[in-house]
Amino acid sequence: MTVVAPVTPLLEARALSFHRQDEPVFAPLDFQLHAGELALVEGDNGSGKTTLMRLLAGLLRAGEGELRWRGQPLQRDDCAGEIQFLGHQLGLKTDLSPRENLRFSRGLHGCRDGATIPGVLARVGLRGYEDEPVRRLSAGQKKRAALARLLLLPATLWLLDEPYANLDRIGIALVNELLAEHTAHGGAAMVTSHGAVSFHGGQPRRIRMHE
Amino acid sequence: MSEHAASLSRACAAMLRRDLLLAWRRRGDIAMPVLYALIVTTLFPFALGPEDTLLLRIAGGVVLVTVLLAMLLALDAMFASDIEDGSLEQLVLSPQPLAPMLGMKILAHWITTALPLIVISPLMAAMLHLPAAVIPVLMLALLLATPLLSLLGAVLVALTAGTRRSGMLLALMLLPLCVPAVIFAAGAVAAAQQGLPWLAPISWLAAGLVLAVVLAPLACAAALRIALDA
Amino acid sequence: MANWIPLWLHKLSSPPTFYRFAGTLQPWATALALLTGAIALYGGLVLAPADYQQGDAYRIIFIHVPSAWMSMFIYGVMGLASFIALVWRIKLAEVVAMESAPIGAAFTFITLVTGSLWGRPMWGTWWTWDARLTSELVLLFLFLGVIGLYHAFEDRRQGARAAAFLALIGIINVPIVHFSVNWWNTLHQGSTVKVFGPSKMSGDMLWPLLLMMLATKLYYIASLFRRVRTDLLAMENGKDWVRKIAESEADR
Repeated sequence: MTVVAPVTPLLEARALSFHRQDEPVFAPLDFQLHAGELALVEGDNGSGKTTLMRLLAGLLRAGEGELRWRGQPLQRDDCAGEIQFLGHQLGLKTDLSPRENLRFSRGLHGCRDGATIPGVLARVGLRGYEDEPVRRLSAGQKKRAALARLLLLPATLWLLDEPYANLDRIGIALVNELLAEHTAHGGAAMVTSHGAVSFHGGQPRRIRMHE
Repeated sequence: MSEHAASLSRACAAMLRRDLLLAWRRRGDIAMPVLYALIVTTLFPFALGPEDTLLLRIAGGVVLVTVLLAMLLALDAMFASDIEDGSLEQLVLSPQPLAPMLGMKILAHWITTALPLIVISPLMAAMLHLPAAVIPVLMLALLLATPLLSLLGAVLVALTAGTRRSGMLLALMLLPLCVPAVIFAAGAVAAAQQGLPWLAPISWLAAGLVLAVVLAPLACAAALRIALDA
Repeated sequence: MANWIPLWLHKLSSPPTFYRFAGTLQPWATALALLTGAIALYGGLVLAPADYQQGDAYRIIFIHVPSAWMSMFIYGVMGLASFIALVWRIKLAEVVAMESAPIGAAFTFITLVTGSLWGRPMWGTWWTWDARLTSELVLLFLFLGVIGLYHAFEDRRQGARAAAFLALIGIINVPIVHFSVNWWNTLHQGSTVKVFGPSKMSGDMLWPLLLMMLATKLYYIASLFRRVRTDLLAMENGKDWVRKIAESEADR
């Protein structure tokens, strides 16, 4: 009988905590995320989901505990190009068009194999709106433009904070498709959501936040 | 295109291009500091009297201070929109080193705020009867002092990023930093006006600028990280 | 052997330990400051002979010079504490840096005012743009800027780090300003007026000056300890050691 060697998790947290004004924002967290996995971060309003996502992305400095990337202590320089974060603020310049926004992001991050700007914009349903200034798009369209960035840029781990916000049924289905494709190709994703979520491909790993 | 992080030079070009494009989209805003400077310069003869001899003595200093104040007005906006829409966060998270990216932002800001002011500085100087022979020295002094101010100002604007900011606080913090630049720039113009050698203060300005070009983006990145709580 | 210094410092940087340490020292520092200050003032204002050039007006140096020294000293302490706060993120260093700023601002202000008061009878002018006074003015702006920036943040620790960064920038800037104003004064002739220093310092004048310097240092320590202790209580609100102190105060 062959013994399968344990696969190193892509991202691992041990007793991870964060303090603001010396108050802990969430109870110490332990979790593992492997390549090809999808995780749903659950918790009530104010339980620190967004703080956790920003912490994992590198926007906040961890309080105590340990974060490991591919088995090694997480160094921001090593993994900067492999993590994509999508937060409440979409990171799009409203005076520029989706095409121009994506061109800029590509200039900084490089490009995923085979991805083109017109291609990803079509995939997220913005065909015909590539050159409209973002401020003239609807909230749902803005969200789609931000999702297009996820498709264009190379990344192993997606950290999505409320990706379903502002999207209609079709948009929600789109996010689920993108997540399924991403994990099928060896990527991983962590998602927070207020509402009920049903992903393709069965149950995700669940990470429960406590205060 | 293959899946690799973009090179630094390509990223710098993309950053510069984006910020210049953004400024062009709101090109009406470029006129504001220029108008302000012209208005202030016009006020001085009304306040002091049109006597040529008096005006030409203060012309160099007035133009310099006016340009500085006009830049101060525009400084606040350097990071404001990027913080608001989350693009600064994305920049911090990109695989590119933050300091050169911020350097490009500062360069774009200087091109769109200070360069127009330098272009109209001969007009302002002429309104105050600065001798024509001195105007090139004035422009050279501005060419060296304004980027210095942009760089130092950027560090301070980064520090106040995300606070309930008041423009007065920025002015209070910026004033001590400007003093050497103003002294050497105005000193060069005054020396040229008196027919004395003006190369020494210009060299000091240039040396300061070189130091600032190297250090300010790094300080700016550190300040931004403190202000964004990273 | 030399190990105990860093160990002692490390223990001291814990808020409850520092609170007790400062609490015991503070009353002594206050008392000594008042005592030495009184003696120094008596020595300077009454005992010391009048200066042969400046008469009695020079006596203001017994306040002016120690204030100037303190403004520089506190600026140095603030810089050091800021550096420690930024590099090692030690809470006590943050508090010391931030609470030193108002005290430093006060001394700088006193320096400027006494310098101005001295200049008037001596040189006929309330203000002069010599390098030292201008640097003092810039130093005042630096202190005010640090205080302003600290209070602009809602998160106190973040505000302390930002203000500490500003303090470090300022530290590099003040010598540059001093140098450039010196140069500027050589360019514009006729404005080099020395507002510092009497013509000669006899022993009778020296000891009150030195004693006053000691008094101001003690005052700084006393004032700083009082402020830091108050700040620590506020910052650590909710922790056990603070609750114990509040309970013991309530029992009294």
